[in-house]
Amino acid sequence: MTHAPEHAPKMARLSLSDRLEPWLPILLVPAIVVFGFVLIDSPGSWLTLTVSGLAMGMMIFVIASGMTLVFGLMDVINFGHGAFVSFGAFVGVSVLVVLGGMTGASSLALNLLALGMAMLAAMAVTGAMGFAFERVIVRPVYGSHLKQILVTMGGLIVAEQLIHVIWGGEEIFIGRPEMLKGSITLFGATLEKYRLIAVGLGLILFLAMRAVLRGTKLGLIVRAGVENPEMVMAMGYQIRRVFVMVFVAGSALAGLGGVMWGLYQEVITAQMGMEIMILVFIVVIIGGLGSVEGCFIGALMVGLLQNYTAFLEPKLALISNIALMVAILMWRPQGMIPVIKAK
Amino acid sequence: MVRLFLSGDDPQSRILAAILLIILFALAFAPFLFPGTRSLETAARICIFIVVVASYDLLLGYAGIVSFAHTMFFGMGAYGVALATRQMGTGYDALILGTLAGTVVSAVFALVIALFSLRVRAIFFAMITLAIASAVAVLVSQLSAITGGEDGMNIRIPRELGPAFRPFDEPVLGINLSGRHVNYYLVFFSCLIMFLLMLRVVNSPFGRVLQAIRENAFRAEAIGYRVVYYRAMATMLSAAMAALAGAVFAIWLRYVGPTTTLGVEIMLDILLIVVIGGMGTMYGAVVGTAVFILAQNYLKDWMGGASDATAFLPLVPDLLDPDRWLMWLGILFILSVYFFPSGIVGRLRGKT
Amino acid sequence: MSDPILSLSGVKTDIGQYHILHGVDLEVPRGQVTMLLGRNGAGKTTTLRSIMGLWRPRTGSIRFDGAEIAGLAPPQIARRGLGFVPEDMGIFADLTVEENLILAAISGPIRRDRLDWVFSAFPALSTFWKMPAGNLSGGQKQMLAIARAMIEKRGLYLIDEPSKGLAPAIIATMARALRDLKADGASILMVEQNFSLARALGDRAAVMDDGRIVWTGGMAELAADPALQERLMGLKMEVA
Repeated sequence: MTHAPEHAPKMARLSLSDRLEPWLPILLVPAIVVFGFVLIDSPGSWLTLTVSGLAMGMMIFVIASGMTLVFGLMDVINFGHGAFVSFGAFVGVSVLVVLGGMTGASSLALNLLALGMAMLAAMAVTGAMGFAFERVIVRPVYGSHLKQILVTMGGLIVAEQLIHVIWGGEEIFIGRPEMLKGSITLFGATLEKYRLIAVGLGLILFLAMRAVLRGTKLGLIVRAGVENPEMVMAMGYQIRRVFVMVFVAGSALAGLGGVMWGLYQEVITAQMGMEIMILVFIVVIIGGLGSVEGCFIGALMVGLLQNYTAFLEPKLALISNIALMVAILMWRPQGMIPVIKAK
Repeated sequence: MVRLFLSGDDPQSRILAAILLIILFALAFAPFLFPGTRSLETAARICIFIVVVASYDLLLGYAGIVSFAHTMFFGMGAYGVALATRQMGTGYDALILGTLAGTVVSAVFALVIALFSLRVRAIFFAMITLAIASAVAVLVSQLSAITGGEDGMNIRIPRELGPAFRPFDEPVLGINLSGRHVNYYLVFFSCLIMFLLMLRVVNSPFGRVLQAIRENAFRAEAIGYRVVYYRAMATMLSAAMAALAGAVFAIWLRYVGPTTTLGVEIMLDILLIVVIGGMGTMYGAVVGTAVFILAQNYLKDWMGGASDATAFLPLVPDLLDPDRWLMWLGILFILSVYFFPSGIVGRLRGKT
Repeated sequence: MSDPILSLSGVKTDIGQYHILHGVDLEVPRGQVTMLLGRNGAGKTTTLRSIMGLWRPRTGSIRFDGAEIAGLAPPQIARRGLGFVPEDMGIFADLTVEENLILAAISGPIRRDRLDWVFSAFPALSTFWKMPAGNLSGGQKQMLAIARAMIEKRGLYLIDEPSKGLAPAIIATMARALRDLKADGASILMVEQNFSLARALGDRAAVMDDGRIVWTGGMAELAADPALQERLMGLKMEVA
């Protein structure tokens, strides 16, 4: 931190571009939506794609948010985060299968109840896994990114194999609950009900997370800890304990994301977590490692871009997101919302 | 003389030296010691993967950079040969040109990725390479008009390297030599040269700077080494070596496809071998690869037997299923990182 | 002083492979301001950080309010009643002024009387109450850093160079606030390079050199003896 001599108050004299700058990342999301509208000639398809892009973005956000906070707080990079996604999906789907009577019924309430129970079960299991993972895999390798990457990758391999041991087989196909099947038509566009629910759930989770981070003392500790963990300790807070909580919460959210993703794709595999991690990495990099807002914006951008390009030129879907990452890193090497780090 | 070839990098352990000699001897005389197609395939695969793993060790063990794009570079060499022979027809010129083209392309690609991601933060490299490598793998399997898609491409190689060619009329040491054996020795010697070359690199001043950076990047920068330059060079060199190995692999297999060169599984195998064999030792690549590939071929049979034998127990047969061997390897891998980061070689040398 | 609030004996701290503190013996009396002086690199900041547990001493004893705290983790040490203002201020730039103070109040919600006191000492903080602390000027950040320590009553305040890089007018505001704190009966251990500020606030002085305390005594005694100052700190202090 530099100690510049006193300047005249600088808040009053910002130019328009300076004042716009903090908002630029947020404006990029509507920019992509407009861009998609221009390129896709049918408004109906555009709306369909926008909704599925947002749904995908929300799910990626749910998965990625924990990972970015874990990095921000303790400088820990968890390549095994995808394991929670896969595990969550398998646990959630197993619960849905057991609750077949409820998911098959033509009652929205029963369907949602079954879905909610599946999600809670997935979160409980992956949260507990996260607790164990932090203790066994991550804790011995604090401070060394190299070892973290290696060990968490190893953890991912073992977890994927355990899925095979427990559930066997290669993939499980899963139908959505009865009332979440099918779609509604709006302005001539076909909108799958499930995607709309995914968007809503993702938005609620984002707002809830924001409320916790901005409105509770725990949230303040997390945000302060991302910036300067040492000072948080010197103030009297056990940042380690907070970190474990964030790790567990992040793992549980990844498990939830796994259930959502599994129902979105209607098929789950042991490798699904690893596959999603590719998009998650792009999202946390472009969002700014450690930033929840950046992660949200990045996830929406990636989800939208992925869906628009998949429609326009299917082969380039993943490449387009790589291009997006390259472009953003050229513009802001630390991501769209760089996290201020002390020292 | 031996020291000259090894660039002064002694095995530093009698047992290690003995193991290395056995492996060298076995590979050099593989066609005579272990007749049969499967053994020859295994031997060639070991040769090639020693180079691939060693080139990865150059990056991971010596420069301390984790890349998940190593198979991408490996694949670039292989596809370089395949595309060149398709364009230019069968011939040594196509093989050489394809190899060179694949190598140059992958070195340039590596340089771009390195400059792009290492500039910001070294950990970005791991994430970015993972993303790029999977995007390329997807692209390769989709652009079937150019790459043959999921099916891959068969490669027509000169007759002298094929099974139909008979260099000698009489059996040599009881073996009817064919072009396959010529091809094997092409693989063996090119891999041997590449390995010794890498051994030279890591024991050169350049290699020592890399290790200094790995130990403490800030200090190296403060002393005046341009860290990004050295890391980028290591990335390029490693990618080029992987591409060369890929080209040799393609010539040997006479085929290239996404699963044989670009798959995530191969990437994970490489990572596991380096760590279990011993990061930053080069010899770890030799020992690790030999053990790994032999285990892959023969341990699985044993696991299958053990799984059947324990069929009456709950869960145990599932855990011992041959398809689950990656799980045991993963556990071994994690334990290696914790308890003996310098791997088997480090153990043999008596360091931990 | 028969019963010091803080006493260090034989504290040795290493940073990496470097030995920084070579055995610090220091007593900080209750209800007084002790100035920790010395040239750059003498180990002043390391001493404060060792007390907070941020750099753990290799050997030695640190007793706070009669109990041993050497070896405890920083949060435990802080909860025993130490308020710490680090050299780099440790402001959370992404949090608002309000949020910075909420965090600083570790034992519950902010007490109204303490807050009024902070506002009267540093009116700027009430103006920028809802503003991210990162937008504050350097002087305002320093005020916030001290306000965070002041927001609750602490047994001892450790303050590392509050005047560093600040304009004279701001230093004057700060000095007033610290005098207020002192009038409240607080015990303060403060590192300060600005000798006139040190002289104005300090009751006692301890001078460090090469990782040891080389002189302790009354601040007035040190201030009155330029030859002693030059011998201890190697340079003449410009006495304003």
